[in-house]
Amino acid sequence: METIAIPAVNLAAIMPETVLSVVGMILLLINVFLPTEKKAYLGYLSLIGIAVSLFYTMNGWGTPQEGFNGSVLLDNFSHFFNVIFLLCSALTILIADQYVQREECNHGELYPLILFATTGMMFMASGTDLMTIFLGLEVLSIALYILAGFARNNVKSNEAGLKYFLLGAFSTCFLLYGMALTYGATGTTKIAGIAQFIAQNSILSKNPILLVGMLLMAVGFSFKIAAAPFHMWTPDVYEGAPTPITAFMSAGPKAAGFAAFLRVFLVALPMFKAEWTSLLWALAVLTMTFGNITAIYQNNIKRMLAYSSIAHAGYALVGFVAANEVGVAGILFYLLSYTFMNLGAFAIIILVGKKGEPNNNVSDYAGLSVKHPALALAMSVFLFSLMGIPPTAGFVGKFYLFSGAIKSGYIWLAIIGVLNSAASVYYYLRVMVFMYMKAPEEDFAWLKVTPAFFVTVVIAIAGVLVLGVAPQYFLKLAQIAVMI
Amino acid sequence: MLTHHSYLILSAILFSLGALGVLIRRNAIIIFMCIEMMLNSVNLAFVSLSKYLGNIDGQIFVFFIMTVAAAEAAVGLALMIAFYNNRESVEVEDLNVMKW
Amino acid sequence: MLGAYLPIIVLVIVAALFGLVSVVMSSIIGQKKPSPVKLQPYECGCEPVGSARERFSIKFYLIAMLFILFDIECVFLYPWAVLYKRLGLFGLAEMGLFIVILFVGYIYVWKKGALEWE
Repeated sequence: METIAIPAVNLAAIMPETVLSVVGMILLLINVFLPTEKKAYLGYLSLIGIAVSLFYTMNGWGTPQEGFNGSVLLDNFSHFFNVIFLLCSALTILIADQYVQREECNHGELYPLILFATTGMMFMASGTDLMTIFLGLEVLSIALYILAGFARNNVKSNEAGLKYFLLGAFSTCFLLYGMALTYGATGTTKIAGIAQFIAQNSILSKNPILLVGMLLMAVGFSFKIAAAPFHMWTPDVYEGAPTPITAFMSAGPKAAGFAAFLRVFLVALPMFKAEWTSLLWALAVLTMTFGNITAIYQNNIKRMLAYSSIAHAGYALVGFVAANEVGVAGILFYLLSYTFMNLGAFAIIILVGKKGEPNNNVSDYAGLSVKHPALALAMSVFLFSLMGIPPTAGFVGKFYLFSGAIKSGYIWLAIIGVLNSAASVYYYLRVMVFMYMKAPEEDFAWLKVTPAFFVTVVIAIAGVLVLGVAPQYFLKLAQIAVMI
Repeated sequence: MLTHHSYLILSAILFSLGALGVLIRRNAIIIFMCIEMMLNSVNLAFVSLSKYLGNIDGQIFVFFIMTVAAAEAAVGLALMIAFYNNRESVEVEDLNVMKW
Repeated sequence: MLGAYLPIIVLVIVAALFGLVSVVMSSIIGQKKPSPVKLQPYECGCEPVGSARERFSIKFYLIAMLFILFDIECVFLYPWAVLYKRLGLFGLAEMGLFIVILFVGYIYVWKKGALEWE
């Protein structure tokens, strides 16, 4: 009986993920022996894990590693996304500690779960097999279902977790059915194999099974990036989930969804470009318009940022429709800057909140500039960046996304995008009007800026301004990364 | 005569029934069972396609889907218990604390 | 080809007929003298305690959840066991790694006290 040939195991291709998951498991074991008041140590340990993983990611830039029979490819594209994910989870861990103590949900499982979710996101970015992408997506989603319902005794958090679970599992089924049909039409689950098969059998480009498969996969991914009309879960889940988790969900998993979406559609299905660009055109317009118009009517700031995150997914989709180097590099750059500005804004929301989270209305920000001018200034920087006003990162990102669209001839799409950003100014400015022009109703005496918060806000502001003032270097990296 | 077409049609029917169930039923546990049915219809499609194509990849995919479905079931049940502890119900009408 | 299944089909039909006939015959020709004791639900001869529609303890759900999680590992153990010799040392090492990861989960569950009934 001959032995089966073992495919080459290239551990270098999964090193960043391995580090995170091993650290996560160690933390899980430490957690059960640790008394509640010392759970913060788990946060520091997980930051070390993230730093090691970041080291492996940075170190591998420029040298693509393929492994496991072509199901994982750690190239510049996944390196760029890995940096976004690691940044997002590091900032989340920094702002989570104070929050979980205040809300009395200081369970140590928070940190391993964030690490596992990050592992899943990284596999979504580096997966070159539909199987790997699916597994990454599920590792991410299952961790996120728990995180959304993390505040066990809070009814809102329970509801957010259950809603996210039911709708997330539902959408995964569509993604899977799409994958099954694609597999049936092409006979392989490898992304490169699918592209090769379609290129060799051009008659397939009219195959309805493949088209339906592509459509169903687009539905599944659109759900993960919260594009309208598959966004229904977003506002409720974002409002109900613990605020640090909301911050995490709005930046990391969205970027991961885009990573897998881009890889599958750009590499595996370029022959269907005409079909999917017209589909995504409609999605982009719908997402931007719906997100912005609904955000205007929100009084709860978490809910407002939820709708605004829908709108931002729409802006990123504009670059996807363009599908040229400028547009796709614009998506990567935009997702990086969105991580900085959104996590910064959420950090300040956590700070202004009180136990039981009653302080989430826009009117609660009245007079913040009188009592805490530095915090109000920081919040303004993030809001300006979300609006897309120079010299912040949001402006540069939007500029590249829209110029990518113009370069590919989608003038109307770019115009709709610009009009939408103009409309979005209204609801972001409203917060600033409250901060700077209204008298405070309360005295904000409870505000306590811990070192971790200070570090988070400084990193976020630095990110927003550096990306806004000197974007060339990072754009260059993004352009190298999208050569997949 | 049973060909792979029959299995694919059966899988499409099961998938649609599951999706319909998710949209119509009001109990979270029953909705979850419908989702499981959709997942299993995908499994059926993968297995029959794998047999038809003579390619093992589809069957490996099924293993992973089964594992993931089990993990999802555990997490989903835990979330439902947590919700039930606070609200004494798992009807989706009671998922109504937040409204826009 | 299908002929090989004929004996099984005959067996199924005979078994079904036997069950049906005995139930129908006993209800036709049997004597009926109902009394409150006879009409009680049968619980191994003991007197029934409480309603049968009782709610299950939440602990059963926990056990069920853990059972699903640790049960599904067999999906991977079976194919590995079938090809154990051909997969060789590499397969053994991979499966060892898999079991170690599961074991981490087991220790977590154990230390959290999820395995204790009270």
